[in-house]
Amino acid sequence: MFLRIQPSSSDPLFEQIVFGVKRAVASGELAAGERLDSVRDLAKQLAINPNTVAKAYAELESQGVIVRRQGAGCFVAERSSPLSDRERNKRLSQLVERLVIEAFHLDFSPPEIRAAVLARLDLHASDQGTSP
Amino acid sequence: MTDLIRFQDVTRSYRGQAVLTGLSFSVRQGEIYALLGRNGAGKTTAFRILLGELLPHSGRAELLGESSENLSAKTRSRVGLVTEGHPVYPFMSIGDLVEFEAGTQSTFDRAYAVAALSRLHLPQAASLRALSRGQRSLVVLIMALATRPKVLLMDDPAMGLDAAMRREFLDAMIELLGEQGRSVLYSSHILGDVERVADRVGILHGGALVADMELDQLKRRISRRFVKTARPAAEWQASVPGLLRVQLERGGARLVLFDDGSRGEAIERALRALDPALPPADGLSLEEAFLELTAGPVVLGAASGVNP
Repeated sequence: MFLRIQPSSSDPLFEQIVFGVKRAVASGELAAGERLDSVRDLAKQLAINPNTVAKAYAELESQGVIVRRQGAGCFVAERSSPLSDRERNKRLSQLVERLVIEAFHLDFSPPEIRAAVLARLDLHASDQGTSP
Repeated sequence: MTDLIRFQDVTRSYRGQAVLTGLSFSVRQGEIYALLGRNGAGKTTAFRILLGELLPHSGRAELLGESSENLSAKTRSRVGLVTEGHPVYPFMSIGDLVEFEAGTQSTFDRAYAVAALSRLHLPQAASLRALSRGQRSLVVLIMALATRPKVLLMDDPAMGLDAAMRREFLDAMIELLGEQGRSVLYSSHILGDVERVADRVGILHGGALVADMELDQLKRRISRRFVKTARPAAEWQASVPGLLRVQLERGGARLVLFDDGSRGEAIERALRALDPALPPADGLSLEEAFLELTAGPVVLGAASGVNP
């Protein structure tokens, strides 16, 4: 697993790890069932506090991204959100709303925003298509 | 969780000059606490009081539940020390030092010490006198870690270390922390390293802590905001709590604000009164936060420049 973190960012390190793992899973770099580095190993590799890695793994577990198997470590979960359809829809619409508002304040028009989202989705699809 | 280290309203002065004016904080089990401050802020004084080398003029310090004023031998044996004043006998070789420590410290783990020394290319035959300051710091750290301490106290351990040695130092510290329940209190000026490992940060300024909170929290509670307002700063400045700095710009003002945990909503309300379309806050890096909180003249007993 290859994660890049920025300790000086004002985004908490544990959130950077959570997002880094989610991105690796979304891009196919980490496949379902694959084993994550242990808390100790990842802490050493990134030269950060093991408490921070443990906190990130706990968060990933509660979001259903990874599963912990007693004594064996943490693994990427089969893709299925533990949330109800209603909750999933609510969160998706919140994310989209946020995107639209922020993009509006960056002075983009609706067609420009739509084009950027579609381009990103295409890129994502091709990432998943080419990785093992 | 238990507090392994506690300072309670500690004051201390030197020759009539106040150094600590009411230092209070605690370090919980398993926590890495970074005590930060400008040179002369009183960090070393705090360490010496905690170790019982110096008595506070008022207040109280505790280490592993015991008053610092009379620490038992057992408590002392459970504390690892990496301080400027740590005795390293120049006539010894590294190997002699290992034997010496193994003979005097019952919990000393010789296998760990030998392995760590060889990993860091510190030959046992080398004389301590011949080592660079950075190498000596690493040797002291390994000796401290080899006793498998419950609490590790380090006063500016990175001083004199180059970037590669600092990384070795961090790695050794991280390895220790892989073991459950150990606590670390350390002071440092290398804020980029502190950002990697600290759970909690205390910023000592003017004899007391101007911030004592989780690192993640600190970076969010000190923020940069831009308010659009045509009103002159003199009119509204006093009404914004936690204001550290104002910089006037065309059409408004750039502010640096600090929420000590009690005034987040009051800050938000005051800013919205100035600018209803207030954009979101930008967080700061630890170094930026440190500079903002310790800027300006030192006013003892008061968080300088911060509105109540």
